[in-house]
Amino acid sequence: MLAELTHGCPLRCPYCANPTRLVTRSGELDTGEWRRVLGEAAALGVLHAHLSGGEPLLRGDLAEIVAGASGIYCQLVTSGVGLTRERLAELADAGLRSVQLSVQGSSAAASDVIAGRRSFAAKERAARLVVAAGLPLGVNIVLHRHNLDAVDELIELALAWGANRVELANVQFQGWALVNRRALMPTRDQVAAARAKVAAWRGRTEVELVWVAPDYVDGTPKPCMGGWGAISLTVAPDGRVLPCPAAYDLPLDLPNVRDHPLEWIWADSPAFNAYRGTAWMREPCSGCPRRHEDFGGCRCQAYALTGDPRRTDPACALSPDHHLVTEAVEDGGGAFTYRTFSRPRPVL
Amino acid sequence: MTGPEAAGGPDPADPVARLGAADAAGGWRPVLGAGAVLRRCDVRQAELLIVPERIVVLNDEAAAIIRLCDGGRTVAEIVAEFPPEGAADVRGFLDDVRARGWLR
Repeated sequence: MLAELTHGCPLRCPYCANPTRLVTRSGELDTGEWRRVLGEAAALGVLHAHLSGGEPLLRGDLAEIVAGASGIYCQLVTSGVGLTRERLAELADAGLRSVQLSVQGSSAAASDVIAGRRSFAAKERAARLVVAAGLPLGVNIVLHRHNLDAVDELIELALAWGANRVELANVQFQGWALVNRRALMPTRDQVAAARAKVAAWRGRTEVELVWVAPDYVDGTPKPCMGGWGAISLTVAPDGRVLPCPAAYDLPLDLPNVRDHPLEWIWADSPAFNAYRGTAWMREPCSGCPRRHEDFGGCRCQAYALTGDPRRTDPACALSPDHHLVTEAVEDGGGAFTYRTFSRPRPVL
Repeated sequence: MTGPEAAGGPDPADPVARLGAADAAGGWRPVLGAGAVLRRCDVRQAELLIVPERIVVLNDEAAAIIRLCDGGRTVAEIVAEFPPEGAADVRGFLDDVRARGWLR
């Protein structure tokens, strides 16, 4: 389960996966509502919760939420901004199990430009605090045109900071990243070089290095959330429940924990049944031997690029719309549009 | 958010090599690694080892071994809790789980 506790964030990353229409602070679930949702999730069998955002540390009641997680294994997904020794101790006492820290670049200057705010020093301090507290540290890095060439330095940094796991996630073009697709788009050469560097690191470190593949460049679709409504759910700051964190803009009637029990939402709501299984598929997916592995690729991407959520993900080389992706790969460049609450929904 | 994966249980492969590795640790008293949690899931009727980004479904024997890893018992004491013919398997399993960072 992904719990987007708030869309508020001190950073303004242009690749942010949050929707372009962010939920304002006044619309957020309160402490009691989050504790109830986590209790319902635990009863449903949810085992992992990623407490994310935005920046979850902006929630003053974060420790209360963690303490109310009913045995669910809680991981904090944070920018590191605002993490103090006292705050971390409070969270660990409440039952927090692990911390994942985002890093944007391998130097303060590079990182701060991508984050849209001075934040690198806070991240370095946060990493030290997490390691000192004896909690596992994951370092999450979104890779794109402006940091792929520094992948060696990024891995070195994560290892020097004491990471137990490093996620090297090639940017997924959803939310703000879709708005910034041209500015973030890597070249094929950048991806190939970075892939080779990561492979070389695998022989040099025991630390787990996770490479999240670039679907546009590879021509291979992502397995949609391990299956739509199969193993994961996302709760938005305002209580809407999504089968995928990128599903805000899909033409679905998103159920809300303020209106329905989570059990009904998971099992019976139209949104969670919309693309469950394979019966909804059309050709070329419906006859494809890989349909049980990639589930037709990303529904959100199919909708964003073609206007039809039932079409094959254009990232798939077998999709009749694949040219939309290959053309975009050849058309990288340009400036960032930083994430903001005030901007009306931008158009690609 | 990785889903449960089938895993766990003593690995019968190469018991001699694994035996050596566990003994080399001398006075190792296994305990769950940072962030590793052993718990029962009533919904799935299963014993689980939960770590960041991974959930490992344990069989009964694997769960019984992990439950004894309390930081107080030595490897020899844990092994002694199981039938002697499985000693190498228990030692091998402990080494394997330690190599993954889930025991220390």
